[in-house]
Amino acid sequence: MLGRIIAKIKALFAGKEAPPAVAPRKDVQSPTPVPQARVQATKPAAPVAATPAPKDAKQQAATVAPVQSPAEAPQVDAVPVYRVEVRSRAQVGDPHAASVAHQIAELGIDTVQSVNFARLFFLIGEVSSADVARVADQLLADRVIEVARVGTSDAGDAALVEVHLKAGVMDPVAASTEKAIRDMGLKIEAVRTARRYELAGPVSEAQRQAIARSLLANAVIEDVHFKAFTPPAVHGHRYTLEIVTVPIRDLDDVALEKLSREGHLFLNLTEMKAIQDHYRQAAREPSDVELEMIAQTWSEHCVHKTFRSDVELKDASGVTIEKITNLIKSTIFGATKELNKPWCISVFEDNAGVIEFDEEHAVCFKVETHNHPSAIEPYGGASTGIGGVLRDPMGTGLGSRPVANTDIFCFGPPDLPASDLPKGVLHPRRVMRGVVGGVRDYGNRMGVPTVNGAVYFDKRYMGNPLVFCGTVGLMPRSMGNKRRPAPGDAIVCVGGRTGRDGIHGATFSSGELTHSHETEFSHAVQIGNAITEKKMLDTILQARDAGLFTAITDCGAGGLSSAVGEMGAELGAEVHLDRVPLKYAGLSYSEIWISEAQERMVLSVPQEKVAAILKVFADEDVEATVIGHFGTDDRTLRLQYQGQTVGEMEMDFLHEGCPRPTKPAVWEQVSRPSPAPPARANYTQVLKDILASPNVASKEWIIRQYDHEVQGGSAVKPLVGVGEDGPGDASVIRPVLSSRKGVALSCGMNPCLGDLDPYASALHAVDEALRNIVCVGGNLDRTAILDNFCWGNCNKPDRMGSFVMAAKACRDAALTYGTPFVSGKDSLNNEFQTDQGQTIAIPPTLLISAISVIDDVGRCVTSDAKAAGNYLFLLGRTGESLGGSHLLMTLGLTSGSDVPQVDMHANLAVMRALQKAIEAGVVASCHDLSEGGLAVAAAELAFSGGLGVDLDLAAVPPAAATTPSTAAKLFAEDAGRFLVEVAPQKYDAFLRLVKDCPVGEVGRVSDTARLIIKGAAGPVVDLTIADAKAAWQGTFKW
Amino acid sequence: MVKALVLRAAGTNCDRETMYALEQAGFSVDRVHVFRLMENPAALKDYQFLVIPGGFSYGDDVAAGKILANQMLYRLGDALNDFVAADKLALGICNGFQVMIKAGLLPWGKVEPSSAGRDATLAWNDNGRFEDRWVHMRTDSDRCVFLPKGQIIALPIAHGEGKFVPREPSILDALKAADQIPLRYVDEAGRSGGYPINPNGSTDDIAGLCDPTGRIMGLMPHPERFIDPTQHPQWTRRQDVRDKGIGDGAVFFRRAAEYLS
Repeated sequence: MLGRIIAKIKALFAGKEAPPAVAPRKDVQSPTPVPQARVQATKPAAPVAATPAPKDAKQQAATVAPVQSPAEAPQVDAVPVYRVEVRSRAQVGDPHAASVAHQIAELGIDTVQSVNFARLFFLIGEVSSADVARVADQLLADRVIEVARVGTSDAGDAALVEVHLKAGVMDPVAASTEKAIRDMGLKIEAVRTARRYELAGPVSEAQRQAIARSLLANAVIEDVHFKAFTPPAVHGHRYTLEIVTVPIRDLDDVALEKLSREGHLFLNLTEMKAIQDHYRQAAREPSDVELEMIAQTWSEHCVHKTFRSDVELKDASGVTIEKITNLIKSTIFGATKELNKPWCISVFEDNAGVIEFDEEHAVCFKVETHNHPSAIEPYGGASTGIGGVLRDPMGTGLGSRPVANTDIFCFGPPDLPASDLPKGVLHPRRVMRGVVGGVRDYGNRMGVPTVNGAVYFDKRYMGNPLVFCGTVGLMPRSMGNKRRPAPGDAIVCVGGRTGRDGIHGATFSSGELTHSHETEFSHAVQIGNAITEKKMLDTILQARDAGLFTAITDCGAGGLSSAVGEMGAELGAEVHLDRVPLKYAGLSYSEIWISEAQERMVLSVPQEKVAAILKVFADEDVEATVIGHFGTDDRTLRLQYQGQTVGEMEMDFLHEGCPRPTKPAVWEQVSRPSPAPPARANYTQVLKDILASPNVASKEWIIRQYDHEVQGGSAVKPLVGVGEDGPGDASVIRPVLSSRKGVALSCGMNPCLGDLDPYASALHAVDEALRNIVCVGGNLDRTAILDNFCWGNCNKPDRMGSFVMAAKACRDAALTYGTPFVSGKDSLNNEFQTDQGQTIAIPPTLLISAISVIDDVGRCVTSDAKAAGNYLFLLGRTGESLGGSHLLMTLGLTSGSDVPQVDMHANLAVMRALQKAIEAGVVASCHDLSEGGLAVAAAELAFSGGLGVDLDLAAVPPAAATTPSTAAKLFAEDAGRFLVEVAPQKYDAFLRLVKDCPVGEVGRVSDTARLIIKGAAGPVVDLTIADAKAAWQGTFKW
Repeated sequence: MVKALVLRAAGTNCDRETMYALEQAGFSVDRVHVFRLMENPAALKDYQFLVIPGGFSYGDDVAAGKILANQMLYRLGDALNDFVAADKLALGICNGFQVMIKAGLLPWGKVEPSSAGRDATLAWNDNGRFEDRWVHMRTDSDRCVFLPKGQIIALPIAHGEGKFVPREPSILDALKAADQIPLRYVDEAGRSGGYPINPNGSTDDIAGLCDPTGRIMGLMPHPERFIDPTQHPQWTRRQDVRDKGIGDGAVFFRRAAEYLS
């Protein structure tokens, strides 16, 4: 009995119970359509363009024939499906087809001679052939460079691959095309789109499969067809209400764990037992939607239970070192509270941290991760990652307008041999292309400049890439505080419709990835539509400024369940799930409640303002629906469907009932020295190798694909210098165009140090983020920071141990530097299980993002050398430690744990002095020393400015009681160091301002276009800046 | 004050900074949603300057600017043709240029379905990618209201579909003959060249076009993104950029204001 119930639950939770949204189809490779209620009638027609058809009509009919099954009798209500193929005219060329051909060659397949690409449109509806021809010619094809053809063309000898979206996957192009056809005065029922590739040349079946699966299509959201395919007209199935209760009260431990596992609840036994106790006391069984809601609210992703837990920290021998109550409160939150900065407006209580910008404005900042979805569908995962974090500032206070994005990625090695790729893992190159494309297309369409970022590579990110996306928002200062709904306020759901996409995203992201996740959790991948979000943003800002709502939050992980549950935490709420607008029929009440469909937000609206706010949305074609109200007599949350109660939840239990057991943590910092790199007479080649190493190499390929100047406030760009292609330290924007004030954004991250010394690694990350801020002219007294922890499975005490050490370092750094944390997020369980049973955990990865308010962007400084003859100073001390350095990595040496220690007080003094020097206008350029140390910083400063640099290592200030080697002086990665360029006439003024700092006059800018670094016995580095730049730019010329 | 209308639609995203640039040039500016114009096309009569700003109208679905162009063709054609017939100005920036060329406002100043998009288009960049970079251009036309001839200006581009392609060489000849090519990609010294001097592979290095009257102009680069020296990518190293006190993009809006007042 129990087994049958659980099987039913499992099916339900996996979304398999409800009928599919479209008529089921046979194997996608089959050219024959399966029987369905309505039959498509593909009508072959002559090509509409004047150019000759590629094949004659007879062949065309032959290719069309399989689409129409002769076995089927056409039915009375048959809806015609017209197929339109749009391709470039032969003489014009097609850059997309060329790019695909290039990527096929990259796969190691050299037999494909050319790629012919066509966009496919399927027009579904009662439209005349003449009108279809008109739509094809005037709307779908660009008449100058493309040719449209109604019907199916013959691929001839070419290997054919068609890629169609799976049924139910959102198709923004189709939606826009439908609107445009209606604007032309035609009645269309639906449009679908697809892509067609004809690969010319000898292509084996295995090669065609490989190209299709690993390059052209993603099996998670797309179907591949090797013959021309015309999709059936879609139509949803009705959903019939069936309230499902899940007997839990009588389950034993084994059955509880099984229920958690098979229902994809991802709750541990203690938590399952807490739920069981609750329902025993309530003397009833939970409904499925109640269980889902608890699982979601209690998920690691939503509640951060690991970070909020009590911790018992032991050393390796089992001796307790420390007992910590509520880890996050005693570290990150604690530091912010202690610092108590008056310019912090809202910290850790809203969707983003809010700080003062000027008297009238506040800025807020949030950084999120979207790792697991990006692992299985990089483009969709990353685009919904940026789409999701954009909604955080939109849902902060009374709503802000996004003004800048940041993105930081961690991938496997881009040159990984395909044979080293574990099963179920996409190649890092493909992940990277997809992720960059996703952020690009969503961010650019939203009109938000992507101004800051970084990319790191490590083999352990292969199965578990990290995608961090951040957004800064601007809002009236008076709207910065978190708001609560008033009792009786209407719950208005605005934006996109709800579909089956993203079901179980919150719980999925809280579990480990396995090689089978790609198929098991494909429904957790969400597909974004940036224009839906942009429309929603435009209208929400109008409604905000008209004072039409009292509170707002985004539908992120956990969907309506999380948004309404959180907004109604104190009042309760009544929600009518049958009123939620759906993308297609067939969703159960439970699926509606937990769906993580994108581009939705929830507002609380006073009843007397409902009509006005609905008009604001309707005026710009944004869907908004009243789905219930906040406030119930007993403060419970009541879910209804067609007048029946399908779920009831006490808010206290939901938000406070999650057990908080003490988590075991073990850490003992080992002391393992790194091997000394063999001494060399010359380090020129080593420098070139480090410049070309993926972490250091130019990311211009990525940066230029992002619009980093939209909104017109760009003051310091991510690329700087005489060639506009050098690496900037931080970006600066002016979010209020009529003001000279700016916002500087930077980041710091050191995954190479994370598992060697998590405490020092975290200090390095904070120090680096702040160095970057100071470099461009940021103000340390108005700088806030954000934490994003990505760790392995913290149920394992060693991982928890390193997590605790990093959290403690964050507290110490925030207090010492005086920079409060204002927001953060953690993503734990970043581990991947291979089909061989091996677990690969990512290196402990802490991203620190920094935001600083600058009074006058006109005083900002960039990192490119400005003039020959200027002096170069090195601020900060260099030690002997090379642990975790890019030098060791590039030489192929295994690093010890001797990570350079961070003297925060000394570094703070350097940063404050440098800030004063920049404010005083005596600094011509300034570049922080990070990956690759002094040599890399000098090379970047030189080639960015198109000038030479002469350095003498004798002037490098050594750390106390150390005598750093030549290699260490060149490449050590100590924190707290800057290379500063000063004009001769500012020499004295500069030295006066930094007199209390460790400072070495290390050299001059020259007009030789060479970088020459002198060691004790002559030059140890000597190369042209052109060679240095070529090495740095060569790695990612994709 | 002279009234300018900044047209916006779903996905327009350069409307605020375009409005700011217009205000700095002395215009009274309204940002108007295309639906409001579709409800009341006569409202266009109240304005002397129509600006279609950058962005991704309707996601650039089907092709860049295509869906908004389709709305202009089928819902706003008469109002736009009347606007053009009066002695008024229109400027399309980036996506706005794409819309203009697909709606027929450029190159011939006529919004009409059978001829729109027939003679020229803006195709995908040769490298197949969206790209943000700064370019230099030479101003080449006596006819164009928005620019003085014979100058080199710098502006940023940020687009994926900006490669100007005429249907056939005779179209290009006609555009040259009518002095309708006010802006060509060159290097800072005024020399033409391949990528990245010409960033997208445009035929004849064309960065912008005007109609035969010179009162309707479209261009791929963004003048509203360079009205302040700190928007220039090299302002921290170039005294000449700082000394100007204003960006090269301001000239478009100033000349428009001068023409209309």
